[in-house]
Amino acid sequence: MLLQRTIPLWIAIAAGFLMLASSFLRPTQGLGEDFANAFSVIAAIAFVLGAGSLLKANLAKVSRRDAGWGFAVVTLAAFLITLTVGLFKVGVHPSPEFPTAPFSGSQQAADTPFGWLYEYVMVPLTSTMFALLAFFVASAAFRAFRAKNAAAVLLLVTAFIMLLGRTFAGVVLTGWLPDWASGLRLENLSVFVMQVFNTAGNRAIIIGIALGVAATSLRILLGVDRSWMGGGGRG
Amino acid sequence: MSGMGGQGAADGPLQRAAAWLVRLERLDRRWVFLTMGLAVLVPILWIGLTGRTFPETPTPAAQAVFDQIERLPEGSRVLFSFDYDPASAGELQPMATSLLRHCAARKLKVVCMALWPLGSNMAERTIAQVIRQDFPDRREGVDFANLGFQAGNEGVMKVTLTDLRKAFPRDARGQSTQDLPILQGVRSVRDFPLLIVVGAGYPGCKEWVQYVVTACGGSLKMVGGCTGVSAPQLYPYFPAQLSGLLGAIKGAAEYESLVNSAMGGETPPKYLEAQRRMAPQLFGHLLMVGLIVLGNLIYAAGRIRRAAA
Repeated sequence: MLLQRTIPLWIAIAAGFLMLASSFLRPTQGLGEDFANAFSVIAAIAFVLGAGSLLKANLAKVSRRDAGWGFAVVTLAAFLITLTVGLFKVGVHPSPEFPTAPFSGSQQAADTPFGWLYEYVMVPLTSTMFALLAFFVASAAFRAFRAKNAAAVLLLVTAFIMLLGRTFAGVVLTGWLPDWASGLRLENLSVFVMQVFNTAGNRAIIIGIALGVAATSLRILLGVDRSWMGGGGRG
Repeated sequence: MSGMGGQGAADGPLQRAAAWLVRLERLDRRWVFLTMGLAVLVPILWIGLTGRTFPETPTPAAQAVFDQIERLPEGSRVLFSFDYDPASAGELQPMATSLLRHCAARKLKVVCMALWPLGSNMAERTIAQVIRQDFPDRREGVDFANLGFQAGNEGVMKVTLTDLRKAFPRDARGQSTQDLPILQGVRSVRDFPLLIVVGAGYPGCKEWVQYVVTACGGSLKMVGGCTGVSAPQLYPYFPAQLSGLLGAIKGAAEYESLVNSAMGGETPPKYLEAQRRMAPQLFGHLLMVGLIVLGNLIYAAGRIRRAAA
């Protein structure tokens, strides 16, 4: 109980109040920096934990022969190959400054196996995943974007303004409008929608979120909300 | 068609049209995928063959990015954060390329960094493409540097506010940042007149505005580039906290055309990437509009048929 709840709670309270104070009181600025650095260290450790978690979950999937366990094998193989190649600097050329030291070069260089993994595996795969969105968004728009009520009609009209106004189609369709009506050109309408309607709506959301974050932070700092420690509720 | 509604020739023209449209409701989605593929592919091929691009008129947000960089005196230091990865490079890489080219042409000293694990690679790739190829007289560590990736998101941002070297003790090449000539006289992010962030999400432009720019109280200007989906969330910060914004490939194309005009001469294809992508975007968007209209016609046809039944 002491290790799992009380100590983490007091670390969070102390770190939270110190970070808060460091923004206002100069003498506490150094301590605030130290906590921010500690956060960076913890974030780096989280990568190791993440790797461990990935190994554990996928190994369990393979050993149980769950549905799609073959994908888990691919994930594990990709993870271990990348880790080995990167960690042991496989095929890395020595740095020009230290030509006799075999591990002095950077594995980030383009002409290393790690660079190839990045250039020829990571880049195409992630780009492909992102590019697939265009196809699914098109299909979803065809099947689901219906003018069923007034709000949906407004949404539809806004979508048309943005879709056409953010391309040369806007210029072709409404470029002929005279200067006194230039505000109605699609490219100008799209800017207007973003800077007026979107900004107004988003600012309201941002202010709401900020108030919510302040309230939640205060609850955590005062130890009222302990759900972040796991187990749910007030702990 | 008569099999669809069972009324055949007895129907009026409206009902017949409605019945025909309703058939499309069961259209295999692979046809939609194929049409989208063609809508993107054909313009890419056309541009590849002709080399022609659409003219761009800069919006105020894109013009502001250009003006902020133009305003800086020669030799000014700029902090450039590459907070994206290859997944969004299609949208963000052209703007990063143009931004770095503009900075290099203006003889600004660019310090690159990344808060995304693959951001450092994106920075390295951009540096190789722009500075090493077209500005070979610029010396690494003196005129430009890549500090690499640092884990910690907002934690790193907070540290850069007080001590940049604490956040990045070594650069991407593994050299100590204490010895980097480009950082001589720099203690924190406050010592840079301009911060450029190209971000795909979290952490990105929004966090830089909230944790760094606001804390600097106006002494640090920031311009940003972002994906289309995150642009609406950043407009509320323009122009007060965010001095300029490039939203998606459209913003990149506008800025790219501004930089190309300012540079003059013949523009190499690598500096036309954003403008070249506007044609596939145009036809993709037109197809989307067409599909939405068609989808709604089918919906209306279904209602007409149900009302008639």
